[in-house]
Amino acid sequence: MEKEYTIATVVENKSGVLAHIAGLFSGRGYNISELSVGETENPEYSRMTIVVKGDEQVLEKIQKQLNRFIDVIKVWDLSSLPAVHRELILVKVKAQPSLKQEIFQIAEVFKGKVVDISHDTLTLEATGISEKIGAFINILRPYGILEIARTGRASISRGIIKGRVKSNG
Amino acid sequence: MKMTGAQAILEVLHREKVDTLFGIPGGVVIPLFDALYGDKRFNMVITKHEQGAIHAADGYARSSGKTGVCVVTSGPGATNIVTGLATAYMDSIPVVALTGQVPTALIGNDAFQEADTTGITRPVTKHSFIIKDPAELLIILKQAFYVARTGRPGPVVVDLPRDVTVSELDFEYPEEIKIPGYEPKVKGNARQIKRVMEAIGESKRPVLYAGGGIITSGASEELKAFVKKTGIPVTLTLMGMGGFPGNEPEFLGMLGMHGTKAANYAVDKCDLLIAIGSRFDDRVTGKLSMFAPNAKFIHIDIDPASISKNVVIDIPVVGDAKHILREMLKYAKALDIKKWLKEIEDWKKSHPLTYEDNDGFLHPQYVIEQLYRVTEGNAIITTEVGQNQMWAAQFFKYIRPRQFITSGGLGTMGYGLPAAIGAQLANPEATVIDIAGDGSIQMNIQELATITQNQLPIKVAILNNGYLGMVRQWQEFFFDKRYSATCLKRDKRCPEVCCNPGPQCPPYVPDFVKLAESYFAVGMRIQKKEDVEGALKEAIRVDKPVIMDFIVCPEENVTPMVPAGAPIHTMISSKEDAEKYLLA
Ligand SMILES: Cc1ncc(C[n+]2csc(CCOP(=O)(O)OP(=O)(O)O)c2C)c(N)n1
Ligand SMILES: [Mg+2]
Repeated sequence: MEKEYTIATVVENKSGVLAHIAGLFSGRGYNISELSVGETENPEYSRMTIVVKGDEQVLEKIQKQLNRFIDVIKVWDLSSLPAVHRELILVKVKAQPSLKQEIFQIAEVFKGKVVDISHDTLTLEATGISEKIGAFINILRPYGILEIARTGRASISRGIIKGRVKSNG
Repeated sequence: MKMTGAQAILEVLHREKVDTLFGIPGGVVIPLFDALYGDKRFNMVITKHEQGAIHAADGYARSSGKTGVCVVTSGPGATNIVTGLATAYMDSIPVVALTGQVPTALIGNDAFQEADTTGITRPVTKHSFIIKDPAELLIILKQAFYVARTGRPGPVVVDLPRDVTVSELDFEYPEEIKIPGYEPKVKGNARQIKRVMEAIGESKRPVLYAGGGIITSGASEELKAFVKKTGIPVTLTLMGMGGFPGNEPEFLGMLGMHGTKAANYAVDKCDLLIAIGSRFDDRVTGKLSMFAPNAKFIHIDIDPASISKNVVIDIPVVGDAKHILREMLKYAKALDIKKWLKEIEDWKKSHPLTYEDNDGFLHPQYVIEQLYRVTEGNAIITTEVGQNQMWAAQFFKYIRPRQFITSGGLGTMGYGLPAAIGAQLANPEATVIDIAGDGSIQMNIQELATITQNQLPIKVAILNNGYLGMVRQWQEFFFDKRYSATCLKRDKRCPEVCCNPGPQCPPYVPDFVKLAESYFAVGMRIQKKEDVEGALKEAIRVDKPVIMDFIVCPEENVTPMVPAGAPIHTMISSKEDAEKYLLA
């Protein structure tokens, strides 16, 4: 059954690694729907959160193929573990002076923030799971969205899990 | 000790026990070749094309078990080895390719002879390194050799910007190596091995299906012992040939598209399929959903990513085949499978590999049978790709591992001749024969000069059918005999369309006998069955390279054949069979 999977992976923080990983997905015909990358607690490693659609088998293949790479340190399927997921969005909406108050209130409901203001626009920031971000966009749509910048989700497991032992051929 | 980057590279190669290099110089690698000048530790074999160099390094690796090394320049030198890297990658062959690169300061500038080598080669290598800092040189080279030959081996590229090779550094070679993201597993899980042995004990119709992993891991002795103890029949993949002796009674022949009927029927009817170091390739399984429909699957493989990739495996064991077979041997018992063996014996008897032998033509299969007899099965055989390759797999009995050297996964025409160079250099005493097609041999024919200049007594047996034969066979079977673009004799005088080879055809280009002479090799043309044995004996006797141009039946087919996508028990042998199959 086609499902959305969240894969987290710790990789070497070197040039070429992102291309290597992206190449695995494109080369095997899997489409990355979200991707976020950043340095970890150890500056030698970075962490990627990758969201893909597929079935159980596709997920298993991706995990195995990732594990094969020597620049990949760890891989988790965070869709099968208790985990926290967060996305960040920046939305620039049309906001004539008379509408600004209304939009402030929406941002507040979503625990969002105003990060930039001009005569005719407001730029809001919000974080949350994808559904919340989606709802935020929907409610702002009628005002006229000028631009959206959205990160892929960053995900982390809850509590302590044992990292899977890696083995590659 | 202080040395230049280039000197340090050579010192590393020496410590990694490399003594033979294949390659071609160029601008940015002049410092490296300069360091090689007069260095007696290395035999630097200069090929005529970089593709020849990488295939030779690959043939060297396959025939010896060592890591093959090639050295090429940046840009075109590096792009010329891509096919060879992909060939080695598909067949899991340890090769290290040192590629020159423009100086780090110029990378990304579209400098002269710049190509993004690591980017281009990443999808066809086990790993692709670039050294941007001389301080990393030694550790990365150490990693490159370690990664290439351990786990599931494969080709590794090390891209060397010119400034790194001319920099000065302190030579301190790391003894130990640790790569956080790389821990190949050798030992199999004991519980899984126990489950394997239980399944084998319960099975009434087991078959072993072994592949190239047996050869890589050096497990053929263990496999043989296991078979002798249990009595389980064995089939091999193309890559596995020689991993179990082809002249033992338990051997069923190769399986898959051009496998024997006995092997394919046995797999189709088995209740337990024990895959070892094989990967359920589509040329083996045919229609996946109907592959071994009644079987439980055991898969023993060093690469976890191979397990359950195509077929869902009931009992997987990740680890090295040799190690796991040794464990399995401890629990192995003779199985009571007489009825099954009898059934298999009947298939073997009633469906041997055959060919029409009395129609006046010289048949390629006959040439290979004679080759087997004349060499007493002792030669190292390399092949090109196509019908020649399949006949070489079917009609020569490989007795030991590393004796049959062929491009399986990628199917690279032009592989066999340069691979023979590597094989001969790694095995100076052996008789090395490239069984070639008339099309493929022309793809790296320039390496005849390398052969002559290095005094390698390699024999080339061209099965000259005047066609890109394997493609022609598919056209005959599945495209109504429309021989589009497959006739190698065709010239401007020929009719628009033609599927009737005969005496009216233009002469073959080139004349392989004259070609041999121009390379100072011996050329022979053999047209008659009765001349085959004498020619082969003479070719093996002379201590020189020999090209034998066997003019064989133009429209001979490789049989049996499983049509692509059909279940493997569906085997056809003629155009008529194909028509029936297509109608059904
Ligand atoms: C580099 C490359 N190009 C094309 C092919 C497709 N191909 C597979 S077999 C074959 C025919 C080979 O002809 P020949 O070498 O004469 O061998 P034969 O089948 O006649 O024995 C071709 C063109 C290939 N395998 N490799
Ligand atoms: Mg041919």
